Amino acid sequence: MTRMTGRTGDLEAVAEPPRADPAAPRARRPRGRPLLYTSYSQDMALLDTRAKKVWLALLLGVAILSSGLPDDLLILLAGGYVAAIGAIGLNIVTGYAGQVSLGHAFFVAVGAYAAAALSGDPEGRVIGFGITNMIVWLPAAGLVAALAGVLVAPLAARLRGLYLAVVTLGLVFLGEHVFKEWDDLTGGPGVGRPAAVPELFGFRFDVDSALGTRAQSLYMLMLVLLVVFAVAARNLARSRIGRAFSAIRDRDIAAEVIGVPLTRYKTLAFAISSFYAGCAGALMYTITGFFDPGSFNLLMSVQFIAMILIGGVATVSGAVAGALFITLLPRLTQELPALLPFVSGDTTQTPNVFQIQVALYGLLIVLFLVFEPRGLFGLWVRVRAYWKSWPFSY
Amino acid sequence: MTGGEEEPGAAPPVLTFEDVGLSFAGVTAIDGVSFEVAPAELFAVIGPNGAGKTSVFNVLSGVYRPQRGRVTFLGEDILGLPPHRIAEMGLARTFQNVELFHNLTVLDNLMLGRHHHFGYGPLSALLWLGRARRQELAARARVEDIIDFLDLAAWRRHPVRLLPYGVQKRVELGRALAMEPRLLLLDEPVAGMNLEETEDMARFVLDARDELGVPIVLVDHDMGLVMDLADRVLVLDFGRPVALGTPAEVQSDPEVIEAYLGGAP
Repeated sequence: MTRMTGRTGDLEAVAEPPRADPAAPRARRPRGRPLLYTSYSQDMALLDTRAKKVWLALLLGVAILSSGLPDDLLILLAGGYVAAIGAIGLNIVTGYAGQVSLGHAFFVAVGAYAAAALSGDPEGRVIGFGITNMIVWLPAAGLVAALAGVLVAPLAARLRGLYLAVVTLGLVFLGEHVFKEWDDLTGGPGVGRPAAVPELFGFRFDVDSALGTRAQSLYMLMLVLLVVFAVAARNLARSRIGRAFSAIRDRDIAAEVIGVPLTRYKTLAFAISSFYAGCAGALMYTITGFFDPGSFNLLMSVQFIAMILIGGVATVSGAVAGALFITLLPRLTQELPALLPFVSGDTTQTPNVFQIQVALYGLLIVLFLVFEPRGLFGLWVRVRAYWKSWPFSY
Repeated sequence: MTGGEEEPGAAPPVLTFEDVGLSFAGVTAIDGVSFEVAPAELFAVIGPNGAGKTSVFNVLSGVYRPQRGRVTFLGEDILGLPPHRIAEMGLARTFQNVELFHNLTVLDNLMLGRHHHFGYGPLSALLWLGRARRQELAARARVEDIIDFLDLAAWRRHPVRLLPYGVQKRVELGRALAMEPRLLLLDEPVAGMNLEETEDMARFVLDARDELGVPIVLVDHDMGLVMDLADRVLVLDFGRPVALGTPAEVQSDPEVIEAYLGGAP
């Protein structure tokens, strides 16, 4: 076990031999000792081992190099990155704070409409204010959704577990109805409205430019935003606030007795989670350019739940992995007819790829919950442990 | 009642519990209990099962609201305050059945004890710049002191659900100490422990009192331990106070003997 350079305080029970200068920790740890921390800041860093730094650099390198992929794949991946932002948000309220929410699609919708309305054409058929700069509409969409989260939070203060899940489920139906009826804002079902315009100080991400194709611009934009949102979430998780969320999840009465105000922190969890959802909603439809009020249904909420369950509850990297997995799944099942001759690509025949796709969500959730509740993140931990202890099984 | 008189000129009590009555739908849990805890005093509450000991703690930490009586902590009336406010004032407690955050590491459990000592908000947390980072580092140093004090270094990174019961009890004491309490409530700190673990815990309790000067209210069934450690003892039976005094006074009280051993036929 590693040993910290402990401050010698009045609490010190065991007399230790004095160190040369305990106040000045070594700047770098010795090579080949990845778990030897020589300062608290080293120990509390996000990338606390060399392996994590290398892996992250590799992953980011691959992600950036992937911008050379065909455009249709880039669009798919960009959608996956946006979904990951939303999944991280759901993981904050459900994974960390333990408040099961099926209403995530509602907050995504609030963000999408807030951004679309802000950046919409003032002369158009639907509400628009013509503020197309992303630096305005993206935070605004998050804040409007966060406000919606704050309004819903009092429910969480009174209900827990299954009851909260059912109430937040009601939110989705309520929202779906309102959005379908409010034609001035949403364009109405089957018609829809133009999405927010991804423009940053005059640069349009949704058109081909000198820097790259439309798909490449959008891909890089979403990648950068995902990194920003993911790092912020990791910071939150290691702060007093993330710890308080986990405390509420594990044992709420004890949390309150040691000084965590329950209502305030549940509200905060919903607000931050909804902020992420709102931003994801705002960004999601800049890719397609158009969206319909029918998109924000229960299936979307279930997909977000599937992302964090399959990826890994209460981990940021798990949420990202789960989101990419769920987004790429339809694309993978499309390839099935080529591999399995009995699967048809035609919807009129059984079994076809669409049936398999729907069944796979359910099957995967069941399999992961039974065999690896920690999700893809858990699988990764297992692989890592296996190689660390190789050739010994324990 | 016997004992409990204050010497003239003594410091004001940290805690006063005056004529408190608590009942649940007609079942009386506490009935007219009064006591005071002096600075740096180790005060024990004993009594048979169901005597109302844990109810006293739940009233103190704000979980239960009594129907009558008055409770002041550091001169302030705390009845009706939410539990987290009372915790912020410096009242820390442990639980009879360990109530730790099971998925978190020992380190995070102790850091949670310091929750209300931090002064940064959500924005600072998301960015992890300046205040958040500095305060987390400072808190970590304080928590490491407690880890050293309670010999928890070997378990620092283990999720507490995997730890042996005796260690979990110690982590809970650590979490309470991390709050930098002005009064510490210990609910059966040695319940279910073997002799060695009991002696360890007794040492930690005495050290906490002697080195930090924090007054302690202790509830336990281990009579030997209570009589050896406590300055004064309050005996409860069916929610009523039976005796209050030094351990020697209490042990010779006929009513106490009757409550514990039953009356002579």
